[in-house]
Amino acid sequence: MATTSTIRWLALGAALALGAPAAQAQQAPIKIGELNSYAQWAAFTVPYRNGWQMALDEINAKGGVLGRKIEIVSRDDGATTGSATRVADELVSREGVSLLFGSFLSNVGVAMADYANQKKIVYIAAEPLTDAVTMAQGNRYTFRVRPNNFMQVGMLVDQAKASGAKRWAIVAPNYEYGQSAAAVFKRLIQERVPGAQIVTEQYPALGKIEAGATASAIEQAKPDGIFNVLFGPDLTQFVREGNTRGLFEDATVLSLLTGEPEWLLPLKDEVPEGWTVTGYPWDEVKEPKHKAFIDAYRAKYNDTPRLGSLLGYMVMTMIRDSIERAGSTDTDAIIKALEDAKFDTVIGPVTMRGIDNQSTMGAWVGKLVLKGAAGGMTDWTYKDGASFMPTEAEVKAVRKD
Amino acid sequence: MLALDPAFLAVQALSGLSSASSLFITACGLTIVFGVTRIVNFAHGSLYMIGAYTAATLVPRLLELSFGPVTFWAGILASAIVVGLIGVIIEVLLLRRIYGAPELFQLLATFGVVLVVQDLVVQVFGPQDILGPRAPGLRAPVEILGRRFPSYELVLIAAGPIVLGLVWLLLRKTRFGVLVRAATQDRDMVASLGVNQALLFTGTLFLGAFLAGLGGALQIPRVSAHAGMDLSIIAEAFVVTVVGGMGSVPGAFLAALIIGQLQAFGILVFPKSTLVVVFLLMAVVLAIRPHGFFGRAEIVGGTHAVGIASRALLPRRHFILLVVIAILAGIPLVADAYLLKVATEILIFALFAFSLQLLIGVGGVVSFGHAAFFGLGAYGAALAVKWYGVSMEAALPLGLALAALGAGLVGAFVVRLSGIYLAMMTLAAAQILYAVAFQWVEVTGGDNGIVGVWPAPWASGPIPYYLLTAALTVVTVLLLKRIIDAPFGYALRAARDSEARAEAIGLSVRQHRWLAFIIAGAAAGLAGGIYAFSRGSVDPSLLGISTSVDALTMLLLGGIQTVIGPLVGAAALHALRDWIMPITSLWRLFLGLSIIAMVLIFPRGLVGTIRDWWGARA
Repeated sequence: MATTSTIRWLALGAALALGAPAAQAQQAPIKIGELNSYAQWAAFTVPYRNGWQMALDEINAKGGVLGRKIEIVSRDDGATTGSATRVADELVSREGVSLLFGSFLSNVGVAMADYANQKKIVYIAAEPLTDAVTMAQGNRYTFRVRPNNFMQVGMLVDQAKASGAKRWAIVAPNYEYGQSAAAVFKRLIQERVPGAQIVTEQYPALGKIEAGATASAIEQAKPDGIFNVLFGPDLTQFVREGNTRGLFEDATVLSLLTGEPEWLLPLKDEVPEGWTVTGYPWDEVKEPKHKAFIDAYRAKYNDTPRLGSLLGYMVMTMIRDSIERAGSTDTDAIIKALEDAKFDTVIGPVTMRGIDNQSTMGAWVGKLVLKGAAGGMTDWTYKDGASFMPTEAEVKAVRKD
Repeated sequence: MLALDPAFLAVQALSGLSSASSLFITACGLTIVFGVTRIVNFAHGSLYMIGAYTAATLVPRLLELSFGPVTFWAGILASAIVVGLIGVIIEVLLLRRIYGAPELFQLLATFGVVLVVQDLVVQVFGPQDILGPRAPGLRAPVEILGRRFPSYELVLIAAGPIVLGLVWLLLRKTRFGVLVRAATQDRDMVASLGVNQALLFTGTLFLGAFLAGLGGALQIPRVSAHAGMDLSIIAEAFVVTVVGGMGSVPGAFLAALIIGQLQAFGILVFPKSTLVVVFLLMAVVLAIRPHGFFGRAEIVGGTHAVGIASRALLPRRHFILLVVIAILAGIPLVADAYLLKVATEILIFALFAFSLQLLIGVGGVVSFGHAAFFGLGAYGAALAVKWYGVSMEAALPLGLALAALGAGLVGAFVVRLSGIYLAMMTLAAAQILYAVAFQWVEVTGGDNGIVGVWPAPWASGPIPYYLLTAALTVVTVLLLKRIIDAPFGYALRAARDSEARAEAIGLSVRQHRWLAFIIAGAAAGLAGGIYAFSRGSVDPSLLGISTSVDALTMLLLGGIQTVIGPLVGAAALHALRDWIMPITSLWRLFLGLSIIAMVLIFPRGLVGTIRDWWGARA
């Protein structure tokens, strides 16, 4: 008798001991690591954080995913390669996060891709645009949401054909993103515009442009087309010097990202009208789903959305969908759920192409115009990324995996 | 092709003149402050940044009042006055207390102010860059030989000589100026003659800060105010003051002119090495004229050098050593992967700081650019892996060798100098290497750095890599300790305490210091190599000013007069950083205040204080 009851008690104890943690685990949140250059590149990253925070609030209000809430552990990545991988290591080994997303600069993105490959953890490069992240340095653990340089430059070069400009100048920040964009431009303009030549290339150090000297060096080469990759404070100073010296008056200008509110607003009324840019004309968006997102964002933060806001929101919802489809936070399961997956996002359907882990998110292409006291976009169209991606043969030729 | 177009050359020369003017206005303040107070004020760049931020925020509001163009210039002047008052606050609260301190402490304390201001500026003005309004009436360009040139730049070109003239009048024709010049000549004599020093120094700081603020405020129509302007301007302002001769206003003007033209035309000849050119100029000038164009030799007393004293060895030192080794070896048994990572980093920084102790504490050679050798070691190892595909076992010695080679080269120049010029030369060396790593993109990867520097398979994983680091660190530290206690170390100490006497008894001071430089550089290089493999990547920030300051802070925190101080300091600082950084975004504010507090109330550091307390009790 005594034995039976002892066994019963033991069984009960064991059930409690084993069951309690199991029950707790059901409630324990899914931890996801996020890192970005919040101090150095606040113009883009703070709206981006607002974006993913908004999505996170919505997801957790509906009960999270797999019955668990999502918890984001967010850190500043210090905007250097070494600092970012160190922060990532802290997120993975101390906080025990299931996957990583974020980072802004392309060189940091490449270092993070290398880290993800080494430590075998999923990394979603939300913003870094260099082709390397999904091409030469790509690996099965690294995914990217935004259209890469090859895609965005491809969209711009199509617009360049009509202008008739043949003598091109390039100005780009001298680091991974600028180098990659300039290389793609040189290749595409010569392939797609017969007779085009590059007459000068200027590569100021990121954040350290000597705008007057750079503008006069470009002027000296007498280009009829200028391809610009500068952004942030470099762009502001370059535009001001260029306007003063009349650099843009007789030239066709193609410019990456300049139509995004984060880089356009600081230009105030000195917006260089007529530049052909990629950007985000949020104020003219009509699609109901996208419009609803913009209205909700404005109501929540009392601020207009930037492209970063949209991106942050999209990435967060895509992560939620992937975890739900994977059914767990296991790395291999998440990779399987991401590859060739279709996502229904606020800007419409987006596919994560499996061969290079690059999504088909597109970009808005149009011309800059002054709207009141600040710049905006006009004559724009949304170009779906799917038709601008590198071919599968090109991907296979450069990827090492 | 470019060089043959006269219009282009003229415009380029004018651009050079306008940057020379801006640079002079700022550097002039720095050199006046140094002349009187003998303090190299790192925070001068921060004052410049505050000037730019204040003007970029204030001037648009004033322009809205629509009183015409005069409001623009009134706003610029008001911003400069605000900055001048901030300079007064800094003098009263901080500088006044450290005029007599060793120059290392002065440099660190003012760098503490830099860190504090960096965080405060973001708190006050927000994280966004602010582009100021254009000057009213100067929006349109002027035509020069058929080319358009911004008319505001012409105003800047005029501003430099105007400021030079006003400063000259102030120094020559007013009583305040006479006192400033007298204090620059002989501070103690001025004090003996009954001049109110407090008022004189506060006035000088106001003038210096005002000029820094003016320099910053004048930039707003052409450069957006952004965090990070402080360090880029202070590096250039240092070059100007050092090249011109510390304390010499005309020297600063001449140096600024040369640097302005060098940058304007350097961009044509070496479009990708603009940063190197400036520091190369400084290195060349210092090598030929150790005190710049118009500088004069400093009187460095033996009292100014601080360092470790000779003490009796601890009785149970072998036992203590064994216990420490046992604890280090036992850490993997209790620590998780992340703690091991932190422990590995602490050991690396301990080695780095300890190598600096050989230079500063033992040799009295105050190096402000020790990151140069840490970075050389890291880059040497990473380049060997990237370009020659060598294994970690071969890459680490290669990194060490590169660092030793670099230290040999830099040391050959440095040991000819003394005092503040020596500190500036080491800083210049580190900045040249930083610029090379940053701009020689084809080899070093530039901003991208080099990725994929992972350890050999047997050493990867937290435990093996920790043990490897611990073994290398312990062996190297023991070797360095042996060198410190050897006759060589005593010779270094003799030279530190009295160069004249050391030479009189037949010691070759320069040769000893040069050897010490190479040994310290090699040890720092080893630390850098281990660090590269622990992170998997290298980037130019390893060579930056903040890495050098990290090592100095560890030294100061642990106690500069003790042998094991840097080891304790490295552990304390890194553990603190690891604990605090994830919690707050105000890490730099915290670190800056801690550095200032240590200099003011805790100059002996952790180990020194504990030992004094122990000694007093016994």
